[in-house]
Amino acid sequence: MPAFLNQLPIGLSIGAVLLLIALGLTFTFGQMGVINMAHGEFIMAGAYTAFLLGDLLAALPVAFLVAGVMGLVLERAAIRHFYRRPLDTLLLTWGVSLVLQQLARDLFGAPNVQVPAPSWLAGGVGILPYNRLFIMGLAVAGVVAVWVYLTRTKLGRRTQAVVQNRQLAATSGIDTGRVDMLTFFIGSGLAGVAGVALTLIGPVGPALGTYYIVDAFLVVVAGGLGQLRGAVLAAIALGLLNSYAEFWSDASLAKVIVFAVVIAFLQVRPQGLFVLRSRVLT
Amino acid sequence: MIRRHLPFATVAVIALVAAPLLLEPFRLGLLAKYLCYAIVALGIGLAWGQGGMLTLGQGVFFGLGGYSMAMYLKLAEGGGLPDFMVWSGVEELPALWVPFANPVFALGMAVLGPVALALVLGTLVFRQRVRGAYFAILTQALAAAMVILLVGQQGLTGGTNGMTNFFELFGQDLAEDSTQRGLYLVVAGVLGVLYLATRQLVQSRYGRLLVAVRDGEDRVRFLGYDPALVKTVTFAASAGMAGLAGALFVPVVGIISPALLGVVPSLELVVAVAVGGRHALAGAVLGAVVMGYAKTALSEQFAGGWLYLQGALFILVMTLAPKGVVGLAGRLRRARTT
Amino acid sequence: MLELRDVHVVFDGFRALDGVDLTVPEGELRFLIGPNGAGKTTLIDVITGLTRPTAGSVRFGGHDLVGRKEHRIVRLGVGRTFQTSVVFEELTVVENLDLAASFRRPLWSLARRRRGVSEAVAEALARTGLEELAERSAGVLSHGQRQWLEIGMLLAQRPRLLLLDEPVAGMSGDERERTGELLTQIAADHTVIVVEHDMEFLRRHASTVTVLHEGKVLVEGSVEQVSADPRVQEVYLGRRSTDAVGNRP
Repeated sequence: MPAFLNQLPIGLSIGAVLLLIALGLTFTFGQMGVINMAHGEFIMAGAYTAFLLGDLLAALPVAFLVAGVMGLVLERAAIRHFYRRPLDTLLLTWGVSLVLQQLARDLFGAPNVQVPAPSWLAGGVGILPYNRLFIMGLAVAGVVAVWVYLTRTKLGRRTQAVVQNRQLAATSGIDTGRVDMLTFFIGSGLAGVAGVALTLIGPVGPALGTYYIVDAFLVVVAGGLGQLRGAVLAAIALGLLNSYAEFWSDASLAKVIVFAVVIAFLQVRPQGLFVLRSRVLT
Repeated sequence: MIRRHLPFATVAVIALVAAPLLLEPFRLGLLAKYLCYAIVALGIGLAWGQGGMLTLGQGVFFGLGGYSMAMYLKLAEGGGLPDFMVWSGVEELPALWVPFANPVFALGMAVLGPVALALVLGTLVFRQRVRGAYFAILTQALAAAMVILLVGQQGLTGGTNGMTNFFELFGQDLAEDSTQRGLYLVVAGVLGVLYLATRQLVQSRYGRLLVAVRDGEDRVRFLGYDPALVKTVTFAASAGMAGLAGALFVPVVGIISPALLGVVPSLELVVAVAVGGRHALAGAVLGAVVMGYAKTALSEQFAGGWLYLQGALFILVMTLAPKGVVGLAGRLRRARTT
Repeated sequence: MLELRDVHVVFDGFRALDGVDLTVPEGELRFLIGPNGAGKTTLIDVITGLTRPTAGSVRFGGHDLVGRKEHRIVRLGVGRTFQTSVVFEELTVVENLDLAASFRRPLWSLARRRRGVSEAVAEALARTGLEELAERSAGVLSHGQRQWLEIGMLLAQRPRLLLLDEPVAGMSGDERERTGELLTQIAADHTVIVVEHDMEFLRRHASTVTVLHEGKVLVEGSVEQVSADPRVQEVYLGRRSTDAVGNRP
């Protein structure tokens, strides 16, 4: 019974990390039709930022900035020429991802490094270790921030307009280029924050992002494009599913089970949990 | 008629006659390996280039073919349990392994296993109109899951190391140059036959239908066709090719392991197809051979540099020549004639 | 032949169709008109399986169409065109037509190469006057030629019921003229439903007209009856003029 309960914080914190990663993906995918494989490397960049600074709290804003600026540069330099060509962006950004991973290998060495967790995160309440709680808190803060941005700020409402109908938004005077840049910045920044969070539960290596990017994309698929609610629910569900599948079967089968569940879910909801309805024949 | 077949005939003569005569055994073995990849690339060219299905999980099918073959080779050696099972403390041959002692079953599974998996996956996914990027992501997730499964099931699969140390195939010593030359000829022959068959398919009505599905799946429905069926069948064909390539790869290279079929190798082959030219089957084949060669040549000399180069090459191809080398050549030819 | 009973379609609370009854007998040329948002295209979408009705029945030649997949409905003999023509630009004109003509063949037999031009394709080429362009890629066609190719593809399907969604939208005067002739020819031996905005075109070619308004059938009758109906003038023209639907001079 306790072992069963112990999986709960593990699953929830994995879900929280996936959520932070998927928030950026779901909006860049939903808004620009872009699949950014280099998103995983923004996680890695965030984690190495924490490694370099050696201070968790200072690392959070810095990692957000570092990863955000990386995303911004990528968007301006390459991705914006590829809007609405998701398959091409996928391959393009994979090239970027290779380069960034190799860069990390050259800068920090191939072996993993460990970021010491701050002493105030040792221990926990009941079955909830503080470090996992902290990660969940980060995700909650991230979601609330994104929600406030989307619904309470002018720019955020414009972002939503662009997600729903880019052309209409453009013709009604919204500078879609600026909205795109901002979306990329925030989304990539959140991936950086996720990277900092990951230093609390494991070592950091150049390939860190590759372990999470596939699952994060599954969150987007299951949650529905550009859908905040969908991303939240799907991330929690996938996080829990991952940890409990490992618990009940063994670690090697867990991913196969997760994959099968996602495919089964798509039989019921082929477009994910929530869908933007449109009458356009695509 | 003759002009149309001339390029193919020239390449076929070079590949089947000149290469075995001129190349030393080691180089010929490498070429055989690239040709195995070219078979996978041909399937990607069909599924992605013609049918618009970006499959990032061809490594899975390649692996199913490779592992089927490897299991047969391990059992054909005789002498009890395969070496890695002894090392990991398995005492009895697992039931899953038993039928693979039969070469017909093993070879059949190498192709039919991937075909069956692709049929199931394709039916589930395409019927629900899950497509484009979603499909790409799902196939990638499958590749990731497959690797973790293979690594985890040490006693069944040899874990991270996979399977190696194969000594003979159908009574032939795999270390002999003559066996390797024979294997090379088989691989080249299979590639040639599959290339011709795929080209025939692409030029048939089915090929036109496939292009139509790629460019306007919803419109195709109103022409009375079921795009899900067309896509599933095509995806299964490409999976079968990858499986066969995997089965050929194992005796040629002498190893199969998770590292050869995960997310990265699957993507690398897609890259190769893109570099060669996704819309032309010849481009896919060419891309696989050239990229395979480049990887061997460059990663030997500077390991890290290769990754930079590969990444950079990819960014360049996608931005400057999305139709690959073949597309670029076509553009040059047109520019000269007009 | 086609029978819609009490069809409702609701999109996120918006009633696109609100209890439509429609009967089209074999061999008729029926025009569907109505102001923007009246539900004309939605009606076509419902018949062809693109949109599933929230309630109501759609029957065609004794078959229930509701819940059937699009390609199965086509196989029953219902063909349609789209407002924005969608032809396959990478294929040639004749390949487009051949694809439309071949859907009844079993899938495996498509693996053979096309040799020559089948009867249905030749007929579609002749009727649409696209013979000269047969080997050109569809990507180079003008807007009007694309619309004709779409109609040609529809003919090559040999359907029993044709649904044309605004076939003359965006066409030049000459092109309209030709499309009209084509339509008259087709109507001679097919059942046809045409959604059209163009009043001039309507007056020249329509026999029976159904007017949709806010998801309901408002009036049904001959052009004269319909254009004389005060309710039609009211909704369609917004009280502005009594003459725009116009009685024939």
